[in-house]
Amino acid sequence: MSDPKYPLMQNAADQLRALSGRSLSEITLDAAASGSLTADDIRIQADTLRQQAEVAEQAGYVQLGANLRRAAELTAVPNNEVLQIYELLRPGRASYTQLIQLAEHLETTYQATVTGGFIREAAEVYKQRSLLR
Amino acid sequence: MHRSRRFAALAGRNINRETFVEPWAEAGLMVADSPYDPPASLQLKNGQIVEMDGRQRDEFDAIDLFIATHAINLAVAEEAMSTPAKQIARMLTDINIPREQVARLVSGCTPARLVEIMRHMNVLEMMTAMAKMRIRRIPANQAHVTNFREHPALLAADAAEAALRGFAEVETTVRVARFAPFNALAILVGTQTGRGGVLTQCSVEESLGLRLAMKGLTTYAETLSVYGTERTFVDGDDTPWSKAFLASAYASRGVKIRFTSGTGSEALMGHAEKRSMLYLEARCLLVVRGAGSQGVQNGSISCIALPESLPGGVRAVLAENLLAAMLGLEVASGNDALASHSEIRKTAKLMLQFIPGTDFIFSGYSAIPKRDNLFGGGNFDADDLDDYNVLQRDMQIDGGLKPITEDQALHIRQRAAQAIQAVYRELGFPPITDEEVEAAVVAHSSDDMPPRDIVPDLAAADQFLTSDVNFLAVIAALEKSGFDDVAGNILQMGRERLAGDYLQPSAIFDENFQVRSAINDPNNYSGPGTGYRPEGQRWQEIQNLPQVKPPQAFIDGNTGQPLARLAELEPAAAGTQAEVIVAVGPAFGTALTHTINGLSHESVLEAILTGIASEGMLARIIKVYHTADCGAIGYVGSRLSGSGIAIGLQSRGTTIIHKKGQPPLHNLELFPQSPSLTLETFQHIGRNAARYAKGASTTPVAVKIDNGARLRLIVKTTLMHRREIDEVREHQLPLELRFDWEPNE
Repeated sequence: MSDPKYPLMQNAADQLRALSGRSLSEITLDAAASGSLTADDIRIQADTLRQQAEVAEQAGYVQLGANLRRAAELTAVPNNEVLQIYELLRPGRASYTQLIQLAEHLETTYQATVTGGFIREAAEVYKQRSLLR
Repeated sequence: MHRSRRFAALAGRNINRETFVEPWAEAGLMVADSPYDPPASLQLKNGQIVEMDGRQRDEFDAIDLFIATHAINLAVAEEAMSTPAKQIARMLTDINIPREQVARLVSGCTPARLVEIMRHMNVLEMMTAMAKMRIRRIPANQAHVTNFREHPALLAADAAEAALRGFAEVETTVRVARFAPFNALAILVGTQTGRGGVLTQCSVEESLGLRLAMKGLTTYAETLSVYGTERTFVDGDDTPWSKAFLASAYASRGVKIRFTSGTGSEALMGHAEKRSMLYLEARCLLVVRGAGSQGVQNGSISCIALPESLPGGVRAVLAENLLAAMLGLEVASGNDALASHSEIRKTAKLMLQFIPGTDFIFSGYSAIPKRDNLFGGGNFDADDLDDYNVLQRDMQIDGGLKPITEDQALHIRQRAAQAIQAVYRELGFPPITDEEVEAAVVAHSSDDMPPRDIVPDLAAADQFLTSDVNFLAVIAALEKSGFDDVAGNILQMGRERLAGDYLQPSAIFDENFQVRSAINDPNNYSGPGTGYRPEGQRWQEIQNLPQVKPPQAFIDGNTGQPLARLAELEPAAAGTQAEVIVAVGPAFGTALTHTINGLSHESVLEAILTGIASEGMLARIIKVYHTADCGAIGYVGSRLSGSGIAIGLQSRGTTIIHKKGQPPLHNLELFPQSPSLTLETFQHIGRNAARYAKGASTTPVAVKIDNGARLRLIVKTTLMHRREIDEVREHQLPLELRFDWEPNE
């Protein structure tokens, strides 16, 4: 059975907020035209992503749910840092220590424990399969 | 050796421009079932996979490790692996077993087991299974919109037209990588002019792609490529973990993604490890699922010509699409690259996805001409759009497109080109001139566009990418320039990011900007009478091609004022003199006035009478009312003819020469191909009839054979015959006609 809240845009619009905290109802054409919206006003919040993760998991899409939970954590991470993490995870880019430090950084700075664990897992595999720098 | 003319003709056919190669397992040139493919196996110990497909855990490569950790549902793995592959194959085609039940078992299968299931299925069974396993109820379609000049006005116009034609997603790419932000912008503005809610992407290097999404210039990403061997994956400069992270990064910005995989890439990149293409693809698909991607673009994609060079290639490509659907993934099923030189072969291939329906039948229908396609062509392109619409109408299949009129296309193209012009003006980009806008409105390809200086464009694109200017500035620019609707649609895409509804499996937005995904509109096909099929309004839309005409329009040119020179007299009496009777059908000269190929009935009568007179024979004209059948008309005429010879003439021009005493279908000469008959033929027919009447020896009239006539004219034939039948009066005896005519001397 799918979540009765889904789609949120239809069934829970009044509860939707942007990363900035602005409510969806404030994201209007007038606001955009007058230049009063910022980039964070059109970004998704962690809570919303977790709700979507629940929707996915309830419908049997378990791995998608896990992805959306990692995504929820990454909402706190700035754009440039996200790009840097991706770069470090590519083959031959980082040392084992760098990846572990990256995981720690995500866990402590952004409470990104799921993502941190995912990077630790990658570090072990990269070590085993010679995918480190 | 002699050269067979037939073999020479065949050698010139497009199909013989293809490449066909023998399988070579060691090089990975085998679509499925390589002798080196491992047997399926799975061992669990303490809740961990310790053996998979013949490999022990300490021999696992990175892909094995990723699949073992993330992709296989351990709760059902033992049950799934102990269920015979053939049984799962049979469940796939069994309408009594719902999709969810099969999907549950499949979630516990290893890559080798997935391939074993496919081994038991032929393409028909796979298509049946696809109709059931596709996760979204209604199929959709994706377009490619690019052009080799990377002209913003043309991109916007083509994207708008693609959106209007019904594509739910539009993908662009670049020739020069630095154009990425501009090309993404052009199709964003274009699509949202054509129809709000169409998703857009720009296929570029992974990091750049993410940056475009973060700026709000794209609303989904697709080219997150994965590979079935570790070496190939690393050569692609990623690992399953980096790709999975990228997927989360996109989702964290509210942007939909799907991964890309497909048979043949590993062999092409030289690291197939002797495995078959399908086995490696099964590994890819488990990586896709394990990474939490909601879907995949597969079906060999840009490598399609490689499996097609091998036996069973097209079947294997369907198998990979089906495997993805079985794994609960949205499937954008290829058909996006040039697969064949042969129109027959490319269409036949398409049918495997078109008939069952996939989430996106094409992962890029080339909505532009082939030469403008920067993805390397398309299996179908802009020149095939009408063909595609007809295929939907022929089979009552929703292929995701709808016919549009030229006026609609011109209108939307103009608005889109003007909208991007306004955005360029407001954001201080190099201006798009009115001349460029006007060219883009009517253009078919880049060739129709005036040249544009790309140097300042590239400099502006670089600056745009690094600046903080994002799609909010685009919305403001559009609003200021009077494109409130387009601005509103782009803003709504931004608002949708806040909700994240379109991150769910197989999500698209419909024409009312409502999300439709496997969550709120899941496929419910379970045999005849269930699931989706185009009906009602949508079926009407598919039917109403601009080329369709009302029946009356086909015979407008064959009707007119009744012939003033032709008058009806008393009932025809049997003749006693040497004569030829010309017996015409009930609509002749009245309800119908021209034959099927436009000869006026007056001129036809004149020609026949001239022919008869040329042999010094008399003629009489009668109208037969009780039948519209050509043979019967001639038969009646012959019975009234003093000589026993008559010409039977239907209003559409079909003619017979009949002799009294012979049964109705046994004639002297028959001219069934009315469209081929000219006035010369009719004169010759008159002359021959007269010679028969005199008992002279006669050579039959030679007529042209035109095998295309029936194809071109069958509707018209049917309608003209129907008109003739409408004039039939069962109890009316044949009437004598007077035709006001004198032979030319």
